[in-house]
Amino acid sequence: MSDALFAQLVAATTGLLLLTAVLQVWRRSLHASIRLLAVQGAALAGLVATIGVADGELEVVAVSGLVLLIKAGALPWVLSRVARLTGATREDSPRLNPTAGVLLAAVLTMIAYAVSQPVVAADLGPEARAVPVGLALVLLGFLVLLSRRSALSQLIGFVVLDNGIATVAFLTAGGVPLVVELGVSLDVLLVVLILRVLTSRMQVATGGTDLDDLRELRD
Amino acid sequence: MVALVWLPVVVPVLIAGAAVMARGRRWTRLADLVVAVLVLTCGVGLVASVQRSGTVSAVGGLLRADAFAAFMLAVIGAVAVTALWGGLPTPTSTVKPDGRYAALVALFLGAMSLAVLADNLGVVWVAVEATTIATAFLVGHHGGRAALEAAWKYVVLGSVGVAIALLGIVLLYAAARSAGSPTLSWAELVALGPSLDPGLARIAVALAALGFATKAGLAPLHSWLPDAHSQAPAPVSALMSGVLLSVAFSAILRVQAVSEATLGPTFMRGLLVVGGLLSLAIAAGLMLAQRDYKRLLAYSSIEHMGILALGAAVGGPLATAAVLLHVLGHGLSKAVMFVVAGRILDDAGSTKIEDVHALLARRPDVARPFLAGSAALLGLPPFVLFFTEVAIVFAGWSRGLGWAMGIALLLLLVVFVGFGRHVLAMTMGPPADGPSSAGGPAGRRLPLVLALSVTAVFGFAAWPLAPVVEAAAAALGGLS
Repeated sequence: MSDALFAQLVAATTGLLLLTAVLQVWRRSLHASIRLLAVQGAALAGLVATIGVADGELEVVAVSGLVLLIKAGALPWVLSRVARLTGATREDSPRLNPTAGVLLAAVLTMIAYAVSQPVVAADLGPEARAVPVGLALVLLGFLVLLSRRSALSQLIGFVVLDNGIATVAFLTAGGVPLVVELGVSLDVLLVVLILRVLTSRMQVATGGTDLDDLRELRD
Repeated sequence: MVALVWLPVVVPVLIAGAAVMARGRRWTRLADLVVAVLVLTCGVGLVASVQRSGTVSAVGGLLRADAFAAFMLAVIGAVAVTALWGGLPTPTSTVKPDGRYAALVALFLGAMSLAVLADNLGVVWVAVEATTIATAFLVGHHGGRAALEAAWKYVVLGSVGVAIALLGIVLLYAAARSAGSPTLSWAELVALGPSLDPGLARIAVALAALGFATKAGLAPLHSWLPDAHSQAPAPVSALMSGVLLSVAFSAILRVQAVSEATLGPTFMRGLLVVGGLLSLAIAAGLMLAQRDYKRLLAYSSIEHMGILALGAAVGGPLATAAVLLHVLGHGLSKAVMFVVAGRILDDAGSTKIEDVHALLARRPDVARPFLAGSAALLGLPPFVLFFTEVAIVFAGWSRGLGWAMGIALLLLLVVFVGFGRHVLAMTMGPPADGPSSAGGPAGRRLPLVLALSVTAVFGFAAWPLAPVVEAAAAALGGLS
């Protein structure tokens, strides 16, 4: 793979990652959010495959298949099951209106560029220059987690955050060792499954999935 | 000897599988206790073996038991035996464990063992996250909205917090890779030390410490802890408060060792002092007006994690050894307290402090360990926490952290008043009504008496433990 093609592919996939994350903050339709998540997972898998082919590492190419399977397949599927189960289609009462959300997303992206200077400066290879995108995804995931009230939206925020961490991992180090990668993927999948079960219990207990209905425990 | 390293990780998984298959058969009630005894045996065996012939590695270097890991494994075993033996179900208890419950507790113990035995920081992360997964349904075991809320907060905050640690670990890996040897092995990272890029290492260490601090319940990332620890069934609360927090804290200590090798001691010291003092302040403030005795115990755990953070900030052989002894002493006495809290709940049917009166007159079998455990947690002599707290304050004073120790002592005084007030309100006074009960069979008291005696005795008779704790502190680089 030529250097120019590699740079273009990295730019395209990371650009797609950032775009899907920002749209995630903007859109309120849960179905659209889940589809965006699937696109984001596919973009991440594309990024991993690009890095794997460029470095000539078969292991990383294999991991890209795993990423595609979990992040673009299994997780969105589980989330759409939750959506069907709870009958939720829209995030009704976000704490943030869409315009403020997008503005905040822009600010967070700039912050991500500012704080990742030491990582970019550490000379980890050409693809490490895209690390701010990974950090931006982490921060945007946080934003979704904090600004939404429904259980499903929080789940989506968690997955975006995790995609951000995976992006940083592949951009800076070509991914973590395989055994760690497998463990991390399994853990994330299990956490999402557990939250799925808790969401359906919440539906039974409170008749909805608005987390603000759960306010019994406080000092 | 190699078997001692992988047994505590593999056997719990097998027993968990068997417990799920067996569903509600009677033996599953004892299965977790068997796992706990196994972990304790392996831990003590490893402590002896490491003492005699040095670090043991297994599974191609993935698992590595140095003196510190062996000590932590023994602590997990000791606390688990106390919690699970003392928490064995009785015909009248409210929690009816089934096969799934037994399986999750076994997996929980296995994950904690892996977290302390793994050499690879990535695997440590996976294991810490696995403890969240194993305990999620245990926290929500009672059912009902409160338990559901606690479980949701626990899983979301726990996973998100620990995800931050993964980001830190990933950057640490990147730093190691750019230094020419891509590794996540803790031992190799410490050896790499100064050759890691300092700018990258600084972000990596801060994120990793912050992430594990969430799981360790250090303020300001503690908000899940009082909910989860108060809603979980008593033996699970005992395990979570007594040892899970310390396991997460041991990951912070590992990160600190990498940080010291790369950036020197001052960087982590600042983070730990802030986290420690903030934890003490929040715990002290919320204990004063607390109305729920299980939450009171949960805040006491935040307080003790704060003390551990301050001890780790001080560093050096004396403070590090004191931190390790504190982990053991706090684990045992907190396990006793949560087990007793479970018995009080069975008796009073409520976790409100105002619903519990005159325990000493009505239920001396419960009140005596409750008072003794409270004395231990408040750091009264002869319990070991007195000696470790004095050692940490003393070491802090001599290493230039006198101001922090002064604030800590003031906050501990507030804790003393807040905690002591509630405990006295629950235990003292004349019995209002109802006959006093002599309590259950002596067998139910035995694990509590054993754990409290150990906590009381080894404070001043720690000579058999001294070389063990010194070796563990040295393994962490505490002799620098």
